[in-house]
Amino acid sequence: MDERRSKSFYILAFFFIAYVIFLYGPMFAIFILSFQGPEGGLTFPMNGMSLHWFYKVFEGNGTVDIGAAFKRSLALGSVVMIITVVLSVAAGMAFRKGFKGAAILFYSAIASLIMPSIITSLGIALEFRLLDDVMINHGSELGLNWLAEGWTTAMGLFTSGLGAHLTWTLPFGLLIMFAIFNRFDGRLEEAARDLGATPWQTFRHVVFPIILPSVVGIGLFGFTLSWDELARSSQAIGSVNTLPLELQGLTTTVTKPDIYALGTLTSAVSFLVIFTALAVIRGLQLRQKRFGSDAGKGLV
Amino acid sequence: MLDKRNSLVAWLQAGPMMLVFAAFFILPLIFVTIVSAWDYNEYEMLPAFSFRGYTDTFEGCLVQLPDLCTILKTYAKTVKLCFLTWALTLTIGFAIAYFLAFHVRSKTWQIVLSLICTVPFWTSNVIRMIAWIPLLGRNGLINQGLIDLGLIKVPLEWLLFSEFSVVLAFVHLFTFFMVVPIFNSMIRIDKKLIEAAYDAGASGFQTLINIVIPLAKPGIVIGSIFVITIVMGDFVTIGVMGGQQIASAGKIIETRLNALQFPAAAANAVILLGITIVIISALTRVVDIRKEL
Repeated sequence: MDERRSKSFYILAFFFIAYVIFLYGPMFAIFILSFQGPEGGLTFPMNGMSLHWFYKVFEGNGTVDIGAAFKRSLALGSVVMIITVVLSVAAGMAFRKGFKGAAILFYSAIASLIMPSIITSLGIALEFRLLDDVMINHGSELGLNWLAEGWTTAMGLFTSGLGAHLTWTLPFGLLIMFAIFNRFDGRLEEAARDLGATPWQTFRHVVFPIILPSVVGIGLFGFTLSWDELARSSQAIGSVNTLPLELQGLTTTVTKPDIYALGTLTSAVSFLVIFTALAVIRGLQLRQKRFGSDAGKGLV
Repeated sequence: MLDKRNSLVAWLQAGPMMLVFAAFFILPLIFVTIVSAWDYNEYEMLPAFSFRGYTDTFEGCLVQLPDLCTILKTYAKTVKLCFLTWALTLTIGFAIAYFLAFHVRSKTWQIVLSLICTVPFWTSNVIRMIAWIPLLGRNGLINQGLIDLGLIKVPLEWLLFSEFSVVLAFVHLFTFFMVVPIFNSMIRIDKKLIEAAYDAGASGFQTLINIVIPLAKPGIVIGSIFVITIVMGDFVTIGVMGGQQIASAGKIIETRLNALQFPAAAANAVILLGITIVIISALTRVVDIRKEL
């Protein structure tokens, strides 16, 4: 590669900038428009500046309870995040050792990742519907009277909804774990073992601190993918809606900027989580750099 | 003894994830397949063998030949949207990945610029769709701008709630899925190969065609699989950006579901799945994915 920048650099740099504007431009348009004055409409120009539409969101417009959906999505996202982190790290460790059925788990994850969401969603909906049918119609024959009594549906935010979200977040978690362990120096573990560490101590004091920044990354994926998930939840969430589902519903009925205000609020949560996670990752990396190695410092 | 213990631990570690996939992915797929061959009436599914889900879907298709019936037209349109999106995301994604991999020289800048491309992926798709309304709408920025410039007299209607806006939104949302795997392949290309090509007198274009593209092929295929499967099954983007007016393979399933015709929805899901598998296996013939991950 020569030292001077070639012509293609400038062309591609320009293209890249155009792409970034294309990526962010529309989003910033609605962030600005959500501060429309009370008389303003869905498009530019701005008709004054106000927080009117944000108040509107919190008041609710009678048909949907945005606040409740907000809390539901937050709760679900947090649970999905924790489960994704724990299961991905555990499975990642298992893949390092190797086990029978590793290929099956790997292909299940890949298939789950690229399966059209509507099919997964439909399948989960069918599964729970059939379960409900069995419980309601045959529960007593199966001797499950105590369970079948008053059974309405097993579908819900933290049953079918949680499962639907996990089929989307877990493959990302697992792939990130693969990426981590591809670069991981196995000698560190051996050294710990040679010094007499138990497997748990090796994990707790050697492996985990090293992979921690990337584990935060898995958490970031877990939360944001769940917070914004729509297609997989659509059929499998049961009677209550998450925030993205409410938002999608609003696109067909709302003609006022309160939908932008809601969009701005939702994105604000996303950005808050993203930047917190990135800051934590950066902090951990810097910490590793400072304390990670005592090479060249000599013995005292 | 130790090996046995090790494999037991590995099983316990991988088990929970396996259980989640079994319960919420594999089992549901089995149910979709089974229910697709069930009978149904106006309001419930009947557990009796019947191909009604399939025959209803293709009703009248033979009679209407050589004209395409609704379902075939819908699939043709889905494939068309899918192809357009694929071609655009591949071109844009390749250019972006090339810039990041070969032109950005410092590691820090590479990370910063990659993050800039990734952040929108962590934000809501619906919001990123809605975000086009103030730009593309009848009174949107683009129409106003064109009118002010005197280029058009009446607002362009095809900008929003049209196939144009659907493809635009697809490209906006999913180019990321192309950038990441292609970048991943490119970053692994040994820079010496490219220097060697230059030294041997190859032009930039020749290097691109003969060195970079063949070596980036795995990334291209993986990105293509992502984009194609997402677009083939999509019903949200097509719904919102098409003003709920454009039919697609995914939308058929959604419509059937809303009508509580589960076996028909399942039959359509099986058909969609079949088509998707055919496309993926055709693509994986080009490259062995297992080697790349």
